Amino acid sequence: MMTTMREAFIKTVNEELDNDPRVAVVTAVISSSQFPQDRERVVDVGIREQTMVGVAGGLALAGLRPVVHSYAPFLVERPYEQIKLDIGHQDVGAVFVSIGGSYDDPVWGRTHQSPGDVALFDTLPGWTVHVPGHPDEVTPLLRQALKDDNRVYVRLSLRENSQAYPVGEGFTALRHGKRGVVLAVGPMLDRVLKAVDSENADVTVLYAATVRPFDSDGLLAAVRETDHADVMVVEPYLEGTSAHLISEALQLIPHRVRCIGVKRHAELRNYGTAEDHDAAHDLDVVGLGSAVRSFFRG
Amino acid sequence: MTGDEKHEWAAASTIDVLWVLYDRVLNVTPATADDPDRDRFLLSKGHGPMAYYAVLAEKGFIDESTLDDWTSWDSPLGQHPDRVLVRGVEISSGSLGHGLPIAVGTALGQRIRRSPGRTFVLVGDGELDEGSNHEAIAVAARLGVANLTAIVIDNQSAMHGWPGGIARRFAVEGWQTAEIDGRDHEAVHTALTVPHDRPYAVVAKIERGR
Repeated sequence: MMTTMREAFIKTVNEELDNDPRVAVVTAVISSSQFPQDRERVVDVGIREQTMVGVAGGLALAGLRPVVHSYAPFLVERPYEQIKLDIGHQDVGAVFVSIGGSYDDPVWGRTHQSPGDVALFDTLPGWTVHVPGHPDEVTPLLRQALKDDNRVYVRLSLRENSQAYPVGEGFTALRHGKRGVVLAVGPMLDRVLKAVDSENADVTVLYAATVRPFDSDGLLAAVRETDHADVMVVEPYLEGTSAHLISEALQLIPHRVRCIGVKRHAELRNYGTAEDHDAAHDLDVVGLGSAVRSFFRG
Repeated sequence: MTGDEKHEWAAASTIDVLWVLYDRVLNVTPATADDPDRDRFLLSKGHGPMAYYAVLAEKGFIDESTLDDWTSWDSPLGQHPDRVLVRGVEISSGSLGHGLPIAVGTALGQRIRRSPGRTFVLVGDGELDEGSNHEAIAVAARLGVANLTAIVIDNQSAMHGWPGGIARRFAVEGWQTAEIDGRDHEAVHTALTVPHDRPYAVVAKIERGR
C-alpha cells in the first residue's frame, strides 16, 4: 500500500520523538490523533492556531525543537503574525509542516486552500522551504530539519510524482537541453516532464524539492549550458512566487522568465477535484504543454 | 492621553511590580542570564519599557549609560524591547497578545526539561482584549502548567472592561488567582511567592494617576 506524504511525516516524527529528547509536537486538533497524546512532548492546544505557534515559540526558547503542524491555511495564514514574531522575531527555530497544498481537496472550498503559503514565508527572513514531490523525499528532509535549529517549512501534498529523487541542497538536473531551462518544483515534476515530452522540447529540466534557499548558482549554471537564457518555473503554489529570485540569479545576463503556478487573477470558487483546478490554472499536462510550446518557440 | 503619554503611563504602571520581581522574586542575575534553569520573565506588554530598562540597569543586566540615548540608531534599547539586542530580555515584544502564549510554551518547556525554573509573564488589562490571550489562558489551565505566573497590570486601559473582574476570567478556566494593590511592594512580593499547583494569575491594580 502506498504511503502518503502525511503518513511519512507522522511516522518520521513519531520515530524522532523516541530518538531525540529535543523534539516536541504542537498541533491544533488536526492530525493530533496520530501522535501519542500521553507524551509530555506532544501538545495539542485545541482549535487555537495562534497559541499553537506561540507555544511552539516558547518551547523553542526553552531549548526544544518544536514541530508545528496543521492544514496549510491554519498553519500559515491564520497565525501569520505569530510566525513572524513568536518564531522569527524571537530568533528561534521550529519545523512547520503543512498538509493540503494549494488545493489538495477542493470540495472544502476556498477556506481550505492556501496557494499563497510559500509567498507568505518569503516575506520573512531565514526560512528554509521544502516542497517534496514524493513521500520518500519527506523523511530525509524532515530528519535533517529536526537535527538543525533553523526555521523550516515543509509543504506536504496529496499530489506527488511517480518516483522520488535524491533530496539535499541545490536543484537536480534530470534532463539537459539547449533551448532553455524548466524548473519544476515538487509535485509538478511529472506533469512538467510529460509536457516537455509532448512538445519534444529540447530543454534542461531541473527539479527542486527545496526552494528556499533558492539554488541561484545551480540555475545560473544550467542556464549557461543552454543556447538561450530562457527560464520557465513551474510551482504548485502562487504563480511568480520565485520570480524575484530567478531575476536576481540571472541579473547579469539578458534573459526571459515565464512563471507558472496557481493563478492570481481571481478567486476560483468552484469545488470539484484537484485535477479540475489544475486544468483551470493551466497546471495540467495540456496547459503546461501549451506554455512550453509558446515560451520556447523558435 | 497622547501616544507618548500612554507609554509613560504604561511604564509608570509596571515599575513597582518589575522592581519587586527582579529584586526579590526572580532567580536570575546577569551571571545566570543564559542558565537554562533560570527563572524567566516575559514582558508581554512591551509598551512603555522605560521602567523595564531602568530595573534591568539597576540590576546590572544593561549598562546604565545606555539609557541616555535609548531609541537612537545605535542603541539596543527601543520603544519595544528586543531580546536579540539586550541580554536578559527574554522575549522581543511590542505587538500585544504574544507573551502569554509564548509563556505557556516556555513554562511547558521548563517542565519537560525537569527544570526548577519558573516563568512569569506580565500583561496589561488592555492587552487582554487580544483573543490570543484567551486561547492561552485556556490552554495553560488544561495543560496544568503550574510553573507559570501571569501578572496582569490592571490600569483600567481595556476599552470595554472585564465584567466580573479580570481575575474571574482566569479563575473560570481553572487558574489560581490573587488581586493586589500593584503599588504595595509587600503585597506584590507576598502574592508572587505564594505556592501554586496550577497556573497562577496575579491581578495588580493600579489606580489612575497614582
